[in-house]
Amino acid sequence: MTLPLVEQFQYGLDAPICLTWELTYACNLACVHCLSSSGRRDPRELTTAECRAVIDELERMQVFYVNIGGGEPTVRPDFWDLVDYATAHRVGVKFSTNGIKITPERAESLAASDYVDVQISLDGATAEVNDKIRGPGSYATALRAMQNLAQAGFKGFKISVVVTRQNAGQLDDFMAIAERFGAQLRLTRLRPSGRGADVWDELHPTASQQRQLYDWLVARGEQVLTGDSFFHLAAYGDPLPGLNLCGAGRVVCLIDPVGDVYACPFAIHENFLAGNVRGPGGFASVWRDSELFAGLRRPQTGGVCQSCSAYDSCRGGCMAAKFFTGLPLDGPDPECVKGHGERALAAVGGAPVPRPFGNHSHRSRPVPVTIGRRPAGPGPARHRPDRACDENPLAGFRP
Amino acid sequence: MSTDAPPRAAGFDLDRPWQLHPQVSVRPERFGALLYHFGTRRLSFLKSPALLTVVRELGDAPSAREACRRAGLTPAELPAYATALQTLASSQMIRPREPA
Repeated sequence: MTLPLVEQFQYGLDAPICLTWELTYACNLACVHCLSSSGRRDPRELTTAECRAVIDELERMQVFYVNIGGGEPTVRPDFWDLVDYATAHRVGVKFSTNGIKITPERAESLAASDYVDVQISLDGATAEVNDKIRGPGSYATALRAMQNLAQAGFKGFKISVVVTRQNAGQLDDFMAIAERFGAQLRLTRLRPSGRGADVWDELHPTASQQRQLYDWLVARGEQVLTGDSFFHLAAYGDPLPGLNLCGAGRVVCLIDPVGDVYACPFAIHENFLAGNVRGPGGFASVWRDSELFAGLRRPQTGGVCQSCSAYDSCRGGCMAAKFFTGLPLDGPDPECVKGHGERALAAVGGAPVPRPFGNHSHRSRPVPVTIGRRPAGPGPARHRPDRACDENPLAGFRP
Repeated sequence: MSTDAPPRAAGFDLDRPWQLHPQVSVRPERFGALLYHFGTRRLSFLKSPALLTVVRELGDAPSAREACRRAGLTPAELPAYATALQTLASSQMIRPREPA
């Protein structure tokens, strides 16, 4: 009984507590704030065998559960097999989905497993607010999935909401939706990561919305989950439930669809790339030996925040939020509740900010599939695959 | 010593047999250990290696008191450990076991 737990965690753990694994960049949606700029599958994505090898490793490292996301992970044809494989190896699964594949039959089988948790993404309590962020029809898809889970008797699945300026006034309405389906509400912070970098200015909550959100969360305590994502709000006073620290590379990391390991799901950029699970030693060696992670586990200086009375509460906020808004990592969070972030952003002015790494966005917004005849004539466009996964290995081969 | 659920006012029965809940996984760490309950999906922390030893001994020892003795705890340390075990019991990480 030496250091407080938070201090212990700063120095890293033998294995992550919370591991996010994005299984594919393919997605049927094109949410404007997507952290991983998803849309099209990457042809280099891990194969089923490689995914199983990662799961074997997680079992050896005793990673209790993984948060699987994407892209839309359920569109991978081997997704349900991988979930079964993980749970058979005592690696629990919580997966995030827009609900597209949660049919009544699938909901039944999910409800029967103790080791699988489901998280449905919803970014508006009304279709009007949600569909502007997540695309036409996405509200109806999510609500249908929730209905199916509730009807199958799946208790306490999660409804995951990214808080934006547009939905910050709907918190009670989200709560009502969660209660209607016997689900638990989870609110997380909008990050300027992936495509989110392009919309952050318009979407991130205002200062007064942040204050209301904090008061609302404090009043609800452990009833509402936050994935520890609002720890920068602890500077208002009491901390919210959770560890209240930046866990990047210390207790958290991301495995992306091609096996790259990043310090956290919000930091997909080469500066935060620790290694690849395909390398010698696999994931365990990246987690234990990467120089990047070793650096994150050394004591951090608070920089200009050190002298602030709130530093012990907010610890300078979110590394990724600072990075992608062009702020120094040892200074205030762009949404610092003391207003230091706004001043820092003004000081940076219009200077170029780092761009997120990799763009898997659909080349045009996806349109609903319609059944009909293909356009006649072998026009040149027919030969160009519109998604990476459309490329046939024999394409272009002329005997 | 463990987090999550607040300890209940009721005392912890050191003199009966206890065991780790079968749905709980234990992962040793430098500071002690992490516990994860697959049923409740909750995480707890054992903030000392001695508490980890106690938890590991529970299933074989005839009583929690004996598990504490096997972990090398002194009588003066017992009340703090009883409180920690009570917290683990109230979050279902450990549960009573029928005497053999």
